[in-house]
Amino acid sequence: MNRIKKLFQEKKNILSIYYTAGYPNTGDTIQIAEALEKSGADMLEIGFPYSDPVADGPVIQASSKQSLDQGMTLKLLFEQLKDLRKTVTIPVLLMGYVNPVLQFGVEKFCEACAEVGVDGCIVPDLPMVEYEEFYKDCFEKHNLSNVFLITPQTAEERIHKIDGLTNGFIYLLSSSATTGKNLEVGNTTEAYFSRIKNLNLKNPTMIGFGISDKQTFDKACSYANGAIIGTAFVKAIADGNLEESVRTFMKKFKA
Amino acid sequence: MKYKVNEKGYYGDFGGAYIPEMLYPNVEELRQNYLKIIDDADFQKEFHQLLKDYVGRPSPLYLAKRYSERYGANIFLKREDLNHTGAHKINNTIGQILLAEKLGKKRIIAETGAGQHGVATATVCALRNLECVIYMGEVDIERQAPNVARMKMLGAKVVPASSGSKTLKDATNEAMRDWINNPVDTHYIIGSVVGPHPYPDMVAIFQSIISEETKKQLLAQTGSDQPDYVLACVGGGSNAMGMFYHFMDDENVKLIAVEAAGKGVSSGFSAATTYLGKEGVLHGSRSILMQTEDGQVVEPHSVSAGLDYPGIGPQHAHLFKTGRGQYVSITDEESLEAGLLCTKLEGIIPAIESAHALAYLEKMEFKAGENVVVCLSGRGDKDLDTYIKYFNL
Repeated sequence: MNRIKKLFQEKKNILSIYYTAGYPNTGDTIQIAEALEKSGADMLEIGFPYSDPVADGPVIQASSKQSLDQGMTLKLLFEQLKDLRKTVTIPVLLMGYVNPVLQFGVEKFCEACAEVGVDGCIVPDLPMVEYEEFYKDCFEKHNLSNVFLITPQTAEERIHKIDGLTNGFIYLLSSSATTGKNLEVGNTTEAYFSRIKNLNLKNPTMIGFGISDKQTFDKACSYANGAIIGTAFVKAIADGNLEESVRTFMKKFKA
Repeated sequence: MKYKVNEKGYYGDFGGAYIPEMLYPNVEELRQNYLKIIDDADFQKEFHQLLKDYVGRPSPLYLAKRYSERYGANIFLKREDLNHTGAHKINNTIGQILLAEKLGKKRIIAETGAGQHGVATATVCALRNLECVIYMGEVDIERQAPNVARMKMLGAKVVPASSGSKTLKDATNEAMRDWINNPVDTHYIIGSVVGPHPYPDMVAIFQSIISEETKKQLLAQTGSDQPDYVLACVGGGSNAMGMFYHFMDDENVKLIAVEAAGKGVSSGFSAATTYLGKEGVLHGSRSILMQTEDGQVVEPHSVSAGLDYPGIGPQHAHLFKTGRGQYVSITDEESLEAGLLCTKLEGIIPAIESAHALAYLEKMEFKAGENVVVCLSGRGDKDLDTYIKYFNL
């Protein structure tokens, strides 16, 4: 069984961490994954950097740029992940923009994911229609989950369509925003989270964008199967001892 | 119709809407409504009234005598430089501001390279009393200072884009991020035939007034509405698409698109997209773009801020791939020389963007009596500093 499915069957309040591959240093990708699993992360989203990340705020933009400037590529990332499954057992997704995937080759990308033990992908600028027509078969053949995003503005009919197309989880954006904005759970956000919860979707949901501390994490977990933290984590590992930074950061959520 | 957009938003292999979910409701709202709104009789009436009384259209089609003598053919200049605000960009912003009003939007954002689209957007926002935010690369803010001052005077907020090469591509990224963060009340007026469907089609429709008029004017002046050649410069490609639009299906009219070679196509400082680029996705559509093997977008270079863009619109990619259009390039130096030549021969100081199209005339061979139309997309006032420095004037 796909590791993502298994995780959602077995656990509640899932904590998923996003980080940019090759940041702060090119060789850190695996070390961060190992440290995160050791400190209690349930799932990982490893970002492959792109030069023009339009859905990202300043922090993830800067980490992507630094990573690229230091020589990160998708090809290098797959080399780094070669022995991923020797030490990392939790589900791992790759997250990034569609153009690097296109240049790498969709078929080749799916094969490489399967080979190193990646369980799914999040490609925010890959449209649903394109996925259905050109990517879905390839993803499914390699047992990869493709995760779609929904926002407070996503129509109900479309949410059901997304629910039918995906087989991992649905990425619930707390608001329409680029990454790194703080979550202010007001009445409208709560109403939106409740609305989604009451749709009884077949896929689990994870809330992302704006989760930065225990309080916002717990809040998110009351409406969904868990939450995703990206910007706050990327900020936390900018400098200092990597393993220590990861441990200190994760303690906040496991208290 | 074989070069126009299909019902899925594609031109052959190019186009589509590669956007994050956050932009989907906005883009979908546009997709469902743009043709309905544009085709509406009241909209058409108001649009054409403003083009006539406010922009000053039709722009003249001028038979340039001394150019014609030099090249041994009839060289016509389509004078988009005479439009209000000094370039073709206002054709599109007039159309989009009316459309934004119909959609009930209260806030307008735009990206700009040379500042011409920024000025054209700020102008229509002043005209219709709408809030206006313009994203502009830091490098461009420096080299296009007069346009920055104009935008501010018109009441727009100019926000510097400081990521990447700090030029048009990065300004576009910032505008898209703004739209993601302001999904309900904001309309994004994209200035070129780029972006997710329906933008390339919508902008092309608004700019198609250029070739619509040209056909009528040619018929009156030459007895035929079909020239032998049509030339225009291409960054994203909006003036070229406006200039080509009604000639695309006239297969005997040769369409020539002139890209910016920068310091030379092989110099590493170029914006000659069709020469250097590969198929991929940039700013929401599948097209041709300059990129690394890893799919990272390569920073372009051109002396002309309006052509300093690593991609081209998807419809251009289609015209290029099918061979319907001929895509060529002109260097920084060649364009500046052509700008000076135009000034000396015809008494017109062209924008450096438009000077790229004029420069290609030097490389062509004509038969006597051939009719050639060049889109003079903008005036050179904004480029005086660059001209002065280059020629030590």
